[in-house]
Amino acid sequence: MSAVISADPPSAGEARAGLTLALPALMLFTGVVVIPLAMTVMLSFHDWGQYKGIEPVFILKNWREIVEDPYYAEMFWRTFRVAALATLITAVFGVPEAYILNRMQGPWKGLFLLVIIGPLLISVVARTLGWALLFGGNNGLANKLLMTSGLIDSPVKFMFTETGMVVALAHAMMPFMVLAVWTALQRLDPQIENAALSLGAGSLTVMRRIVLPQIMPGVLSGAIIVFSLSASAFATPAIIGGRRLKVAATLAYDEFLNTLNWPLGAAVAVLLLIALILIVVGSNTLIERRYQEMFR
Amino acid sequence: MSLLELDRVGKSFGPNIAVEEFSLAVTKGEFISFLGPSGCGKTTTLQMIAGFLDPSHGAIRLEGRDLVAVPPAKRGLGIVFQSYALFPHMTAAENVAFGLEMRKVSRSEREERVRAALALVGLAGYEGRHPRRMSGGQQQRVALARALVIRPSVLLLDEPLSNLDARLREDMQIELRQIQRNLGTTTILVTHDQIEAMSLSDRIVVMSKGRIEQIGTPQQVYEQPASAFVAQFLGKTNEFAAAVDRTVAPAKLVAGGWSAPAPAGVTGAVTVSVRPERISFGDAGLAARITSRIFQGNHWLFQCDTECGPAIVIRQNDGQGQPEHGAAVHLAWRAADMSLRSAGGAA
Ligand SMILES: Nc1ncnc2c1ncn2[C@@H]1O[C@H](COP(=O)(O)OP(=O)(O)OP(=O)(O)O)[C@@H](O)[C@H]1O
Ligand SMILES: [Mg+2]
Repeated sequence: MSAVISADPPSAGEARAGLTLALPALMLFTGVVVIPLAMTVMLSFHDWGQYKGIEPVFILKNWREIVEDPYYAEMFWRTFRVAALATLITAVFGVPEAYILNRMQGPWKGLFLLVIIGPLLISVVARTLGWALLFGGNNGLANKLLMTSGLIDSPVKFMFTETGMVVALAHAMMPFMVLAVWTALQRLDPQIENAALSLGAGSLTVMRRIVLPQIMPGVLSGAIIVFSLSASAFATPAIIGGRRLKVAATLAYDEFLNTLNWPLGAAVAVLLLIALILIVVGSNTLIERRYQEMFR
Repeated sequence: MSLLELDRVGKSFGPNIAVEEFSLAVTKGEFISFLGPSGCGKTTTLQMIAGFLDPSHGAIRLEGRDLVAVPPAKRGLGIVFQSYALFPHMTAAENVAFGLEMRKVSRSEREERVRAALALVGLAGYEGRHPRRMSGGQQQRVALARALVIRPSVLLLDEPLSNLDARLREDMQIELRQIQRNLGTTTILVTHDQIEAMSLSDRIVVMSKGRIEQIGTPQQVYEQPASAFVAQFLGKTNEFAAAVDRTVAPAKLVAGGWSAPAPAGVTGAVTVSVRPERISFGDAGLAARITSRIFQGNHWLFQCDTECGPAIVIRQNDGQGQPEHGAAVHLAWRAADMSLRSAGGAA
């Protein structure tokens, strides 16, 4: 998102050498990102019919359908609502978690860092299935325990609910938030907290007025990562929401592989991409403008 | 009565002893420096006074009250950290106002005092500036204003000038001393710069390896160092092995070709220590040869090989002729200009 500006304009020879060196990567990037993306965009303008299949014409049918049919609007709202809530939860739990982690000493710190990052080594599918095993209807382990202990009468509704999706996503994304905040915390001068204490601030005030404002850029960049990963997540919504509670990513998948309406699926995918880019770039610009005064 | 009292304070980190048997009484309005090499426990001592570290032994009292049980937020001390520790997300004025806010000072009074404090350190007009947009010297002055504005009973400064260049440092030293004189704030300064300690303080606490070596006025520690460590740490010094000759009457103290009447009570082998600027070239005295001669503007620095080992001599560049490289000379000094220690031990 930032441009590299060289001090001197490179000479023609240098530029050519640079281009030659960058060529393999450029070709790879073009081959696996740009071309498929361009084809997807083109695909979204093609026609499709149950019996005629895909027709390579240029029409706005798919886009009009997405815009006019409230079914799609609902799905996109759900996507961003779920992503936003998951982001909020990771922030609310991730910030104190990172703070405590940063305060830990010696071997404990390494151990807990491993506990926090470790889940990244396990597939999201496995982690989400864990939730399903715990709360999946009457047979979920946690549900069973809670019901036999008499704490609840009916199983906790988790599967096929937005709440379940939010919780599972927040759980899956937590390491990204903790790492982003932890990085910001490590840049803090511990004496700054002492300075605030010596000026008469209580530890809560120190947290709210001194620590939090300083790590806010870290929290916000963590939030951007979590939000964009959650909004485009597939596995977790697919397992928790299934085909009953779809989000943009699972919708696009369904259109591609079940309905076989590739052009409509392409339009959904492209719209999700555009919306995400707008949100991420927009909030990044806002954050930078807000914090450039303090953190040059 | 003393304002701040440290009574045999000690601090150990596990098996490592950082500070030991540290006793000091600071009177109101005094300017004290903790001087010592890196790792000698200066910061640890200061942090114990500030309350960020708990002493392992001993007591700290402020105006007779035990301070150790008081949390740092309630001690009412002003602290300037080595790294300044300014709040980067606040402007200079907000930084200075923070302590007053915590004390629930009314907005109008707060604004007035913040403006006055910034003006005091020469930063009027910088109220809205963020720390990252200020120079090192300006940041340091904001930190000073932030500590002073709460009218602390004691001001603690942890190497506040060590990040500044020589020129700015001198300016800040003068400013610091002036502010301290005007406000009469009791001040403790941590430094490893002997010039800084001597030019600013009423008394210096010289420390080494967690222990106090000597407490005294700058002149005392410079001219009557209590140990070889103090003599060597505060400026350059020459040490010669000498002996008391009792075969003559009156008894004489002899070092090579140099001799003087022996002070009463001194016997056997002693070490004579003389500052390089107190040695003069004469016709009689310790025989020496000049091995190098360095011109340093307002003075000359001579390195000599003497009968009793190497020595350095500093002479004012007062327009008089100075001995050449390789010249044979005699080194002499007045008895009042030297200090004696029995050889191999403390004075
Ligand atoms: N948290 C700690 N844990 C273990 N040892 C420590 C700790 N803090 C300080 N020490 C040790 O205590 C001794 C004194 O440290 P201190 O920071 O007081 O030195 P200092 O005189 O301030 O040095 P400097 O001039 O380098 O700042 C050092 O040997 C240091 O290694
Ligand atoms: Mg220190």
